[in-house]
Amino acid sequence: MPIASKDVKWVSTPKMGLGDLLYFPAVFSGMATTLKHVIQPKVTEQYPEQEPNLPANYRGVHRLNRDEAGRVKCVACYMCSTACPAHCIDIVAAPSPWTDREKYPETFVIDELRCIYCGMCEEACPVDAIELTSLYDLTGLSREQMLFDKEKLLSVFDMTTKESPKKDPIRTRAGKLGVASEALKNS
Amino acid sequence: MPTVYVNDQPVEIGDARLNCIEAAGKAGAFIPHYCWHPALTVVASCRMCLVEVGERKPDGSVAMQPKVVPGCQTPVKDGTVIVTSEYHKRPAGTAPLNYDPKYGTPGERAKLAQADTLEGLLLNHPLDCPVCDKAGECKLQDFSYTYGRATSRMVDDKRTPPNKPDISSKITLFTDRCIMCSRCVRFTREIAGTAELTIVSRGDHAEIDVFPGEPLENKLSGNVVDLCPVGALGSKDFLYKQRVWFLQDTPSVCAGCSTGCSITIDANKDAVYRLQPRENTEAQGWFMCDEGRWGFHYVNDADRLRRPMAGSVVQPWSEVLPAIRSRFAAAGEQGPVALVLSPFLTVEEAYLAAEWAQAYPRRKLFLGPVPVVGEDDRYPKDRQGRAVEPTKFTIRAEKAPNRRGIEAVLARYQGEVLTFDKFLAEAKSFKAAWLTAGYPRGTGYPLADSPFTDEQAWQIAGIPLVVVQDLFASPVSKVAQYTLPAGAWAEKDGTFVNHAGLAQAIGRATHPAGEARTEGQVFSDLLGRRGLYRAADVRSGLAEMVPAFKDLPVLPVTNGTRLPLPLLTGGSRA
Repeated sequence: MPIASKDVKWVSTPKMGLGDLLYFPAVFSGMATTLKHVIQPKVTEQYPEQEPNLPANYRGVHRLNRDEAGRVKCVACYMCSTACPAHCIDIVAAPSPWTDREKYPETFVIDELRCIYCGMCEEACPVDAIELTSLYDLTGLSREQMLFDKEKLLSVFDMTTKESPKKDPIRTRAGKLGVASEALKNS
Repeated sequence: MPTVYVNDQPVEIGDARLNCIEAAGKAGAFIPHYCWHPALTVVASCRMCLVEVGERKPDGSVAMQPKVVPGCQTPVKDGTVIVTSEYHKRPAGTAPLNYDPKYGTPGERAKLAQADTLEGLLLNHPLDCPVCDKAGECKLQDFSYTYGRATSRMVDDKRTPPNKPDISSKITLFTDRCIMCSRCVRFTREIAGTAELTIVSRGDHAEIDVFPGEPLENKLSGNVVDLCPVGALGSKDFLYKQRVWFLQDTPSVCAGCSTGCSITIDANKDAVYRLQPRENTEAQGWFMCDEGRWGFHYVNDADRLRRPMAGSVVQPWSEVLPAIRSRFAAAGEQGPVALVLSPFLTVEEAYLAAEWAQAYPRRKLFLGPVPVVGEDDRYPKDRQGRAVEPTKFTIRAEKAPNRRGIEAVLARYQGEVLTFDKFLAEAKSFKAAWLTAGYPRGTGYPLADSPFTDEQAWQIAGIPLVVVQDLFASPVSKVAQYTLPAGAWAEKDGTFVNHAGLAQAIGRATHPAGEARTEGQVFSDLLGRRGLYRAADVRSGLAEMVPAFKDLPVLPVTNGTRLPLPLLTGGSRA
C-alpha cells in the first residue's frame, strides 16, 4: 500500500545561527573532551600482554573435576548431554572399574566449537563433575583439536586448580549439598 | 447390565470378571500398581493400588468400606463403587453419587494411603536414579512424582545389601533397588516354570536371590527385566549402553521365529539398542524369548554386506540394476528364470518381486529355505524340563517370521508353493535365478550360520546368472554373479504373517547398513516405479492382487489383522 501524502511529515535542516556559522565553539568543546581524556586515568587493557580480570562466574572452557583420589568424578549419567541445547556432549558409559560407583565415562567428548557456553551442563550435573572455568582464550588449528576428550578436560581441571593463580569457578560446591536441597531442609 | 461406578462414572462391565484396576481402566482411570500384572497371579503385596471401595444400593445410597483395599485383589460386581486417589480429577460435570456425609471427601483416604505406601517403598530405595538404567521408564519414579511426597522422614541409614551380578549370565540384580513386588519370582514360577528366583529372608531383610548353583538361565529370563518396575533387574546386554530417553520406539514384530512376537525396537543414532515385547494378546501375550530379545545384534554387525558387487567388483547401484535388468531380459529369452522368495521378506516385498517376475513368461517362483531348529519350545516347564499344560508361551522351531505370508503370495502367482529343494532339483534348467535371502546369523541367535550350504551353492553355480540379496556373505553369494546388500527387518516397513495367520506391521527403526537397499526398494526400482519405496503405497495393490490380503488395512493396526486362513495355503514346510 502506498503511503498517503497526509501521513508524510516533511522536515528540513534547522537554520544555523551565528555561533554555529563561526564553528569555533564546536571546535573548542571537542578539544575539551580530548584534553579531559589526557588527564583521566587510562582504561585500555593491553591484551594480550595484560590478562583481563574476568568475573568468577564467567562461562569459559569446561573442565571435568577429579575426586579426592584423583579419579574422574563423573558418573556418566548423561544429565549434561540431555540438558545440552547444542548436543555437543558425547559420552560412552561403562561399568566402573572402582567399587564405590557403578558407572563411569569410558569416553567423554565435548565439541567446544558446537558448545554455546550456556552452563546448563554444570547445572544439570548431580555430582558437580562438569564445570565451566573462566578460561576464555580457546584456540585450535582444526575442528578435531576442538573436540575435548576426557583427558583434556581433566587437564583443564589440573590447570585451573594447581597452577597459580587458581582459577576455580565460584560455582564449585563439591561435597556440599546443592542449593535446592538446603532450601528444602530449611523450609 | 452390571455397572461399576469409578470415580462416580458408571461403567458397564458385561460378564467380564475384573478386578478394580481393570474396571477402572475401562473407565479411563488409572490405578497405579507394581506387583499386579495381567499375566501373573495376584499377591497384593506392593499396596500401591489401594482404593476406596463401596457399594451402591438399589435405593441409590452408597455404603463405603471404612478402610482402603488393594484394587488388584478386589473383584468388582454390579453396583461396586471405586474411588481412586485421583477422584478430584474426574471429568467436570460428573454427577456425584450419594455418599454418606460422614464418610468425608472421597479419594482422600486412597491418596493418603498411596503417598504412605510410596514413602515406605522409598525408605530403603537408593536415590541413584542418575546412574540407574531404569530411570526415565521407572514406575517408582513416575508414581513418586504423581502420587508421592517430596520428602522422606527416614532418619536411619538406608539398607544397602550388596549387588548380585552373578544371578544369571544375562541379568544382573541391584539388590538395594528392589521393592519386593515379586513379579520376577512369579514369572519364573508361572510362565517359565523353571522357578529359579525366590525371596530369601524376611521383612526388611527380604531379598531376591537364586538357589545356590542354579542361576537364572531359561529362554524367557529377559522378561524379568521388563517386569521389574524399578531398576533392580538389569539386562547385561543393555546395561549402561543408552539412557532410555534417547531411544526412539518403533512398534514392530520380532523376526526370530514364526510366533511373531509384537515388540518395540528401541534405536538411537541409527543403531538398534534394545528390543522389548509389546502387549498383544493376539500374537504372543506380554512376553518374548531371549533369542529374539538379544539376538538382534546381527542388524548392527560390521560384517554385513554393505555395497552391491558384480562378482568381486564393487559397483554402484546405478550401474548394477540396469546391468541385472538387461542380463535378466536376455536370459529370459533363452530359457526359464527362477525367483526365490525368502521367508524373511515382507509380504509387500514378495508381492513386488512376484510382480517384477511377471515380465518373464517362463518364470518359476520358489519359497526360500525355511530354517527349522529343533522343536517348538513350550512354556511353562516343570523342574525336569517337560512342558506343562496350559501352554503360556511358545518359541517356535520355524526360525522365520513370514513363511505364511510368502506362501500366500506364491499361491497367487505360482499357483502352488514350490520349495527350495524343488528349485535345487531343477536348478540346471534355469538360465537365470534371483535369490532373496536376508537370513540373520550370529551369537545368541539360533541360526549361527546361513541356511545355504556349500552343496547347494555347487548346484546353483550351474545357473549362468545368479543374483543373491543377503545380509551376510554365504556359500551362495560366493558363486553369484551379483551380490546385493539387503535390508534387515529393523530397516523395513511391511507386513509379516505369523504361524497363526496374524498379519502384523513391522516398522523401520534405522536406515539400511552402508549402501544397502531394502528388497522392496530394489524391486520397486526394477519395476520402474518412481521414488522411495513405501509399504503403505504397495499394500493397496497387494490387497487387489492377492486374495489372502484382501482385508489387510493400508494403515497398520496396533495388534495386527487376522487373515482368512483358508486363503493362506496350508502348512507345507521346506
